[in-house]
Amino acid sequence: MDRFFFVLAFLVYGVSFGGFFVHMITLKKPVKRAALWVLFCGFILHGLSIGARWYESGHPPVVNFHETLSFVAFFMTGLYLALEQKYRLKTIGTFVTPIILLIMAAAAVQPQRVVPLPPALQSIWLPIHATICLISYAVFALSFCISVMFLIQERQIKKKHLGGLFKRLPSLDALDVMNERCLKVGFPLLTIGIVTGSIWAEEAWGRYWGWDPKETWSLITWLWYAAILHQRLTVGWRGRRAAIMTIIGFLTLIFTFIGVNFLLSGEHSYVSRF
Amino acid sequence: MSQGFKQQTILLIGVNHKTAPVEVREPLALKGAEEEPVKLFAQIPPVDEVLFLSTCNRVEVLFTSTDPKRALIELKELWAQKSGLPVPTIDEHVYEYRNEDAIRHIFMVASSLDSMVVGEPQILGQLKDAYRHASDFKTTGMVLNRLLHKAFSVAKKVRTETKIGSQAVSISYAAVELARKIFGELSDKVAMLIGAGEMAELAAQHLISNGVKGLIVANRTLERAVELSTQLGGDAIGLDEIEDALVKADIVISSTGAPGLVLTKDQVKRAMRPRRHRLLFLIDIAVPRDIDPAINDIENVYLYDIDDLKGVVEENKQERAKEAKKAERMVEEELLKFLSWMKTLDVLPVIQGIQEKAEAIRRRELERSKKYLGNLSDDQLEAIERLTNSIVQKILHDPIVCLRKNASNEECVKALLDTTSILFNLDSN
Repeated sequence: MDRFFFVLAFLVYGVSFGGFFVHMITLKKPVKRAALWVLFCGFILHGLSIGARWYESGHPPVVNFHETLSFVAFFMTGLYLALEQKYRLKTIGTFVTPIILLIMAAAAVQPQRVVPLPPALQSIWLPIHATICLISYAVFALSFCISVMFLIQERQIKKKHLGGLFKRLPSLDALDVMNERCLKVGFPLLTIGIVTGSIWAEEAWGRYWGWDPKETWSLITWLWYAAILHQRLTVGWRGRRAAIMTIIGFLTLIFTFIGVNFLLSGEHSYVSRF
Repeated sequence: MSQGFKQQTILLIGVNHKTAPVEVREPLALKGAEEEPVKLFAQIPPVDEVLFLSTCNRVEVLFTSTDPKRALIELKELWAQKSGLPVPTIDEHVYEYRNEDAIRHIFMVASSLDSMVVGEPQILGQLKDAYRHASDFKTTGMVLNRLLHKAFSVAKKVRTETKIGSQAVSISYAAVELARKIFGELSDKVAMLIGAGEMAELAAQHLISNGVKGLIVANRTLERAVELSTQLGGDAIGLDEIEDALVKADIVISSTGAPGLVLTKDQVKRAMRPRRHRLLFLIDIAVPRDIDPAINDIENVYLYDIDDLKGVVEENKQERAKEAKKAERMVEEELLKFLSWMKTLDVLPVIQGIQEKAEAIRRRELERSKKYLGNLSDDQLEAIERLTNSIVQKILHDPIVCLRKNASNEECVKALLDTTSILFNLDSN
């Protein structure tokens, strides 16, 4: 059942992307409204898929790659819809939906069978730690999209090549402010995610920190985002430099999330084994 | 025909934003020249009447001459000499229009059909200023006076009868559009004007109507800054306080008449840290430029000069194209009317020649007869003057009417003029 809803959500997201794309070209408001509604439907279907899976397995579906990726895409969609509701920034959908689709595609190619939870993971900390981390990933994925948009728009204005996209992208200030907000939300979540993970590690393995590759890379990612936030708040860094740093931060995050599990072995490598 | 009856040719030579970059337009504007450009050009012998138009987008010399070839060569040489640009560079960038094309061009310019932002209203005012300036130096005459007045009336007609200027478009409009793409909402932004001229004022009004929070007016003379800031509601500062004000300002519009740079890269760089790297948008609408172009390299700083704004206004072009077509048709109609007046101008020297010759004969014969007439009273002398005058006028009346009537008939006017010249033996004079 969960697969049925997952595929349906995937397809509906695809339709929504088409809508956002058409909106970017035509700039017709009804097209965007329709695309948003379609995306919302996709979000509901996606939620049903996750719920069905949770029901079926009896534990939060945040254990293997298929589940975690699907979860990130789900939260990203939700966050984007909330953001759109509040700020109504034009054409962000055209940049966000492809990323959502990409994550969905990555989730789709992963093994999807539901397996019983190994004893090491049977803890109240699993939903807390994993969910918080995955939400922060979703927030950072969103800030990545916004940073890419910022760089495109910034380049056009700086180089004075005011092409078709210029008219269609939001203002630099709006993108920068949005980026900072994402950072301010995502960073505390990531911090809490790491802290809860650490507490859980103490419970499961008797140690808070073990320099496991996943932990080390989490720390690197955390330090990187901490640096951006620090520079933003104290020195007032913003604009292009902040956007580039955000993009690098997100790439580090992807490595922490996915790369580490494939390339380096550690306590978290169970994820890739399911 | 003899020298004296050579036709007046209307010529226009110039550069605009389409044909020459700002680096070429700047020196051609002759801003720093010791002598008024219009006076300078008027001194060229083959140039009869002249008008010099210099705006941020164009520099043009409109003149008349009976020897256009020589006038053009000498004018270019003088222009090259005063601007410091070599003649080949000028040749490379200028456009030259003659008679019909020159008239059409000046009509198009006045109606703002040749402007970067089609329909912008400033150009008419600038052309009027240039004309007033030329009149002050008495460098215009019958032809240019008539041409310019016609151009003004064409512009007015275009403005009232088409929708070409219905949207507020101008350089400042384009600047505001761009500011919106950088800042989004302008309601919490502070604008700074450097230079309190007409351009700056216009831009300021535009920004205020778009809701900027604050306004700072910087000017060389503080008095003028205070005057403008009181009028628009803002703070006045001197030019030496710009750097401090940069910390507060988000949008800077510069349009001073200063020959050198008003804002340097170092100044802006220094201001960025205390501004906490907030985005800064600078618009340089002055020619020569006020702001160092290298400032655009600084992060989070965006500098646009007049040429750069072209891109922004490009968007509006299509919308205006339709109205512009209508306006161009109106210009063509007026052009035809003016050309037919111009043709009547061709016969004027001949008519003048006949009249002068007849008058000379009358005087000579009168003088010769006087000694045979003995002592005459003043009344009698006056009566004879009147008599001879009237005989001459009556004899010349029909030929003159005939010439005037056929003035606009291209086919026969040349033959008629030649015949008249031969019949009255005008060449020998």
